[in-house]
Amino acid sequence: MSELIIENVWKEYGDQIVLENVSLTIASRAFVALVGPSGCGKTTFLRMLLGQERPTRGTILLDGQPIPTEPGRDRGVVFQRYSVFPHLTVLGNVLLGKEFSNARYKAKLFGAARRNAVEEARKLIGEVGLSGAEQKYPAQLSGGMQQRLALAQALIMKPKVLLLDEPFGALDPGIRAEIHTLMKRLWHETQMTVVMVTHDIREAFTLASRVVAFERRRDRPEEKQRYGATITKDISIWPPRLAGVPSKFSPDRDGPIDSLGYSRDDPALSGE
Amino acid sequence: MRWINTRPGRGAQLTLLLLPFVLLIAAYSAGSVARLAENPSDKLLPNLAGFADAINRMAFLPDPRTGEYLLWSDTVASLIRLFAGLGISTVMALVLGMAIGMLPYLRALLSPFVAVISMVPPLALLPILFIIMGLGDASKIALIVIGVAPTMVRDLALKALELPREQIIKAETLGGSSWQIALRVVLPQILPRLITCLRLQLGPAWLFLIAAEAISSDSGLGYRIFLVRRYLSMDIIFPYVVWITLLAVVTNYILDRVRIAVFPWSELEKQA
Repeated sequence: MSELIIENVWKEYGDQIVLENVSLTIASRAFVALVGPSGCGKTTFLRMLLGQERPTRGTILLDGQPIPTEPGRDRGVVFQRYSVFPHLTVLGNVLLGKEFSNARYKAKLFGAARRNAVEEARKLIGEVGLSGAEQKYPAQLSGGMQQRLALAQALIMKPKVLLLDEPFGALDPGIRAEIHTLMKRLWHETQMTVVMVTHDIREAFTLASRVVAFERRRDRPEEKQRYGATITKDISIWPPRLAGVPSKFSPDRDGPIDSLGYSRDDPALSGE
Repeated sequence: MRWINTRPGRGAQLTLLLLPFVLLIAAYSAGSVARLAENPSDKLLPNLAGFADAINRMAFLPDPRTGEYLLWSDTVASLIRLFAGLGISTVMALVLGMAIGMLPYLRALLSPFVAVISMVPPLALLPILFIIMGLGDASKIALIVIGVAPTMVRDLALKALELPREQIIKAETLGGSSWQIALRVVLPQILPRLITCLRLQLGPAWLFLIAAEAISSDSGLGYRIFLVRRYLSMDIIFPYVVWITLLAVVTNYILDRVRIAVFPWSELEKQA
């Protein structure tokens, strides 16, 4: 379970009100896309979910508990840039989370523990389509590959919530479509709650189970200072999508497969 | 074609590289020949034979008084002081720089202090060092540390602060503690900068070393230069200066090679 409840959250920087009275309940296994014009506080909102910033007023609950005031392992994140560590290889990047949690002082694994972790990491690297690039450094990868790596790195922690801050914004359209497919598959497989900030409305409607729009209700220059943005649209996608649950209406190729009682390599399927 | 787009070929590059050195030697030779023609016992600009004789005397014949080969014993004495000073500065820079860069409390405590200390002219402190620590190696090493360490501490603290906030947040979401993040994320990323910083500080370190040796010492390259100055022994001073320069250039080159060999990703990042 990983339900997020945001209640009457305000965020102010000095006199500037950024967000006002935001209330939102994000169901477990939902995929929420946050859209809105630049500077309307989407990223600020995500940072509060991450624990990087605190709301000025209001509460944010994860599974009924107030979220910790600093980032932690229950909430994974992928940023648009700087999400991976330039000094570690692909394998090292994915391994890092394991090493943090299993080696308190050395933060490095040896022997059998390392072999097990490497095996798990390799599997995940394969999942995101980076097999063969394990020993490369991020500077040797393309932008799309770096974001795949960032996803794998976050997913090895099995976070309850995955936060994405315009993760695919800098990618060109072909690569973006590919990574969307991957993202959908990972969401179904891991069944985590995802909150994504995006500028791309199309991306929002392709991936999300729910699209939430942030906007300033009053946006005249003299009002800008004292009125923040809030949720103006909250659209649930029809037919409903939920992680791990195949859609009944338009089963798309990226969704989980309906179990038909036989496996895909069943000879009966190919008519032999 | 624009000047900014014309590039030298391989041969031209080598010629251009050598040109200033050749010109310098030519200018010196011309001056030497002119002066020696006028007065064969002139000491100001000795010719090549004079240098060869002096180098042979200093490097390959034992000193009649002590039985030591002066160039080598001077070199050893100076290098021990230099590397001791640089070593202590490096450790201080690493520990303090990282602490200041990562921990806001220590930053508030130490950052202004280090900034002020780095403005104290080290040579003005030399008498104090001589009075407190005596005329031995300790005061010379201390001078190098005082001259070099504050700059290195500030440089590394800045570098640690410059690391994208996203990276630190990401490490936190992977479950890293402050110590683990310092060890696996910050330290490896500032080590290449530490080496570069060390290279840049080679010049000042030699300056402080030679200044300290000139004032009070019984061995060392700086000591020798200032000793033979009394006899106008330009035939010894010039080779010593060239030797010191060579030592500095070689150290500089080796440090850069070490950086590329140990941190291959730092070179990749530069190109990316």
